[in-house]
Amino acid sequence: MTTTAKRPDPKDALKDASMVKQKDMMAGHYERLSRVEETGEGKVAATFVPGNLNELIMCFDLVNNLPEVNAIQSGLRKQSGGYVMDAEKAGHSEDVCTYVKSDIGMMARGNIGPHGKKLPDPNVLLLSYTGCFTFMKWFELLREQYNCETIMLHTPYTGDGKITRNMIEYMVKQLKEQVIPTLERVSGVKFDIDRLREYLKKSAQAEDDLVWVLQSAKNKPSPIDAYFGGIYYIGPIFGAFRGTDDAIDYYRFLREEVEDRVAKGLGPVTPDGDMGEEKYRLVTEGPPNYTNFRQFWKMFYDEGAVVVASSYTKVGGVYDLGFRHDPDKPLETPAEYCLGGYTNRSLPQRVDMLANYINEYEADGLLVNSIKSCNSFSAGQLLIMREVEKRTGKPAAFVETDLVDPRYFSAANVKNRLESYFQMIDQKRSGQRIKGAA
Amino acid sequence: MATTAEIVARAEALYQDLDFTAAREWKSAAEGRKVVGYMPIYVPREIIHAAGMLPLGVLGGGDQLEVIHGDAYYQSYICRIPRSTIELGVSGKLDFVDGMLFPSICDVIRNLSGMWKLMFPEVLAKYFDVPQNYIDEIGGNYYVNELQELREELEKLGGAKITDDALRASIAVYNDNRKLIRELYGLRAETPWKAPSAEVYLVMRAGLVLPVEAHNEMLTDYIGVARAEDRPMRDNCRIVLTGVFCEQPPLNLIKSLELAGCYVVDDDLLLITRWLIGDVPTDGDPIQNLADAFLHHSESTAAKYEPSQEEKGKFLVRQVRDTNAEGVIFASPSFCDPALLDRPMLQNVLSDAKVPYIAFKYAENSGQMQPIREQAGTFADSIKLWSGA
Repeated sequence: MTTTAKRPDPKDALKDASMVKQKDMMAGHYERLSRVEETGEGKVAATFVPGNLNELIMCFDLVNNLPEVNAIQSGLRKQSGGYVMDAEKAGHSEDVCTYVKSDIGMMARGNIGPHGKKLPDPNVLLLSYTGCFTFMKWFELLREQYNCETIMLHTPYTGDGKITRNMIEYMVKQLKEQVIPTLERVSGVKFDIDRLREYLKKSAQAEDDLVWVLQSAKNKPSPIDAYFGGIYYIGPIFGAFRGTDDAIDYYRFLREEVEDRVAKGLGPVTPDGDMGEEKYRLVTEGPPNYTNFRQFWKMFYDEGAVVVASSYTKVGGVYDLGFRHDPDKPLETPAEYCLGGYTNRSLPQRVDMLANYINEYEADGLLVNSIKSCNSFSAGQLLIMREVEKRTGKPAAFVETDLVDPRYFSAANVKNRLESYFQMIDQKRSGQRIKGAA
Repeated sequence: MATTAEIVARAEALYQDLDFTAAREWKSAAEGRKVVGYMPIYVPREIIHAAGMLPLGVLGGGDQLEVIHGDAYYQSYICRIPRSTIELGVSGKLDFVDGMLFPSICDVIRNLSGMWKLMFPEVLAKYFDVPQNYIDEIGGNYYVNELQELREELEKLGGAKITDDALRASIAVYNDNRKLIRELYGLRAETPWKAPSAEVYLVMRAGLVLPVEAHNEMLTDYIGVARAEDRPMRDNCRIVLTGVFCEQPPLNLIKSLELAGCYVVDDDLLLITRWLIGDVPTDGDPIQNLADAFLHHSESTAAKYEPSQEEKGKFLVRQVRDTNAEGVIFASPSFCDPALLDRPMLQNVLSDAKVPYIAFKYAENSGQMQPIREQAGTFADSIKLWSGA
C-alpha cells in the first residue's frame, strides 16, 4: 500500500522534511495524550519500547504512552537529574535504573510531559516483559501508584540463541487468553483481527524503508549517523507510530532524503550542519547518554567519526536481520518481534551481530558506551569487546556514562577516552600500512 | 552422635573450601559421574539428581576469594557475585563441573549464561527460564516443556535416560530435605538461641555441595543435638532478614546481627532449599508435579512477578506474623536490581502493617561490620524500647 501524503514544506531551511514530519508527529501524539487528560475521553496504555505492541494497542483505540521515552525527553530537557534525585530522596536506591527514577520523580512533580502539559494516568499498564528485568519491577512500582489494571506479557529470554516453538506458543497463548481479553475489557472495544492485520501490513512497509536507511551507512561516506542520528530515525517506529500511515510517510521521506545524500556523496547531518570529512567509521554498543546528548555527539563529529551501525537502534526491533511484522501471522508475529529484540538476545548472538556489523559496514572498530544503570546492556560488555576484537582484528574501546542521570556524565573523561581511541585507530591503520609496505 | 560444634565445624569447612573438594571427591568416586552447577535462586535439582548427577550450588566466592581476573570482566557498578563466579571459573576451581545452570533472576546472571558459553564452550551452559505467568494452561504448559528440555539436555550430557521412576525417587528424597529444613527453620523461629543463624546458615549451605542424602543426615543430626542442647537465651529482638537471596552476605554479617541484638527468625537465604513449599507429590507425572509446585506452591521473591497488587509484599508480613518477628532487616547486595527495586514496595507494605524495618547494603566481601552492628543494635534497642508503645 502506498500513501499519498505530500512532503511537508520545511519552514526552517536547516530542517529536512522528515524532521519536520517527525516533530509534527511527536507534538500531535503528546497533544493527544493531553486531550485524554483534559477531557477524560479516550484511554491510555503505558508500555515499553522493546516489546511495544503498538499495532495491538491501536486495535483498541488506546493511546500509547512510553515511560522510557518520557524519561529520555526529560533527559534531553535537563529535567531528569532533579527527578532522579527526588526519587532517591523518596527511598529508591542510587544503584538502580535511572529511567525508573526519572519516571517516578516526574510523577511526583505532577507528571508534566515534554510539551509542558500533564500526562494522563494510564488506564492499563501493558507490562511487555522483554529483554530487561527492571521492566517488571518498574511496572509493579507504577501499579502501586496508579492502581490500574496491569497485564504481564512474559517474553522468554533466548539464552540458547534460538526462538523455540514452546516460546512462541507460550506468548501466543498469553496474547489470546490474557492480553487481548483484558485490553477489550479496559477499552470497551472488541478485538478485530483484520484490523490488526492491516496495521501489521503498514508496519512492514515502514520497516522496509527504515532498514534501507540504516543500511545506507554501508556507503562511503556514510550518509547517516546510525547512532546519534539513528535515535531520531527510530523514534516513530519504536514509539507510538508503528502501523500507521504517518510512519510510512515519515520513512518514505527519510529514505528519499538519504537517497539524495548518497547521490551527492554527502555525509550525515549533525546539529551543526553537514559533517565534514569522514575519518572514522564506528560500530557502537549500548544506549547513548541523553543528558548531554549533543555534547556527546559533537565529540564524534568534531573528530570526523561517524557511527555506521549500532546495537541500540535495534532494541525496538532487529529489522535489519530480516524480521518484518507479518499480517499472515497476526499473533505469532508480535511474539517473534518481542523474542527477537536486541536485549532479549544471548550474549553470543550479540557478539555475532556486532562483529558482522564491523565487517559488513567496513568499520574501524567497536565503541562501547557502558551505561551505569542498565545491567541488561552493560553486564558482559567487556567480554563482548574482547570477543569482537578477537574476531575482527579491529580495536574496541569503552566509555562510561548513564542514560538520564547527569551525575554520571564526565565530559572530560569521555572526550579523553575517545581521543585516545581515535589515535589507536590511526596507529592500527599506520601499522597496517607499514606491514603492507614491508 | 556428633555435637553441634562438630557438625557446624564440618559445615564450615565445606563452606570455606573454594576448591569444592567434597564435590570433586564425589565425582571421582565412580566412573562417568557428572556435576552440574547452578546459581541462585532456583533450579529443579530433582532432575539433576535423577540423572545420577550432583547438583552443586555456586554462590560466588564469598569474602575469602581474591578476585584478580573477574574484575576485568565487569564494570565497577555491577554486583560482586558474577565477578567472583568468573574468578572461580577462570582460576580452574570449577574445572570439574560439566554443566552450569543460570536461573532467571536478573539481567546480570542472565548475561553471565552467555558469557559462560563463550568462555567455557566445553561446558553445558544453560539459562534456565521460569514462567512469570502462573496459569496452568499458559505458564504451566510452557514450564513443563522447559523442564522437559532440561531433562533431555541432561540425558545427553549423561548419556542415559532419566526415567519417571528416577524422578519420583529424587522428588521423594528432596521432599525429605525440605521437611527437615522446615523443621530446622521451625526450631530456630521457636528457640533462636538454640539454633543461631550463622550455624543454621552453614548447615543449610552444606546442602549445596553435598549429595542430598548426606545433607539429610547432617540436618537430622544437627536438629537432634541443637534441640537437646542447653544454650543461654539472650535478650534479643526477633527479626526477619530479607533481600539476601542471591549474592551471599559474609558469615560475619549474619553473626553480627545476632551479636548486635537481633535474632534472625526467618530469612530468604539459600532460597532454593525452601523454594517449593510443602511436599511435591511422588505419584503421577513427575515433571507435571514439579511444574505445579512451582506455579502454585513456591516462595515469593523479587525475581517473581506478583500478579496481584493486593498480594504484593504480603508474604513478608506473613513471615513476620508467622514467626512472631518484631521487625525486618533489608540487607541488599550493592547494585542488586531485584532486591533494590523491590525494596520500596516492600517497605510500604510493612509501613501499612506497622512493622518496623531498617535497610543497608553489603557485598559478599564486605569486611567492616561495625556500621552494620551499630545499625542493627540501634534497631534492636528501638524495638525493645518502643514496640509496646
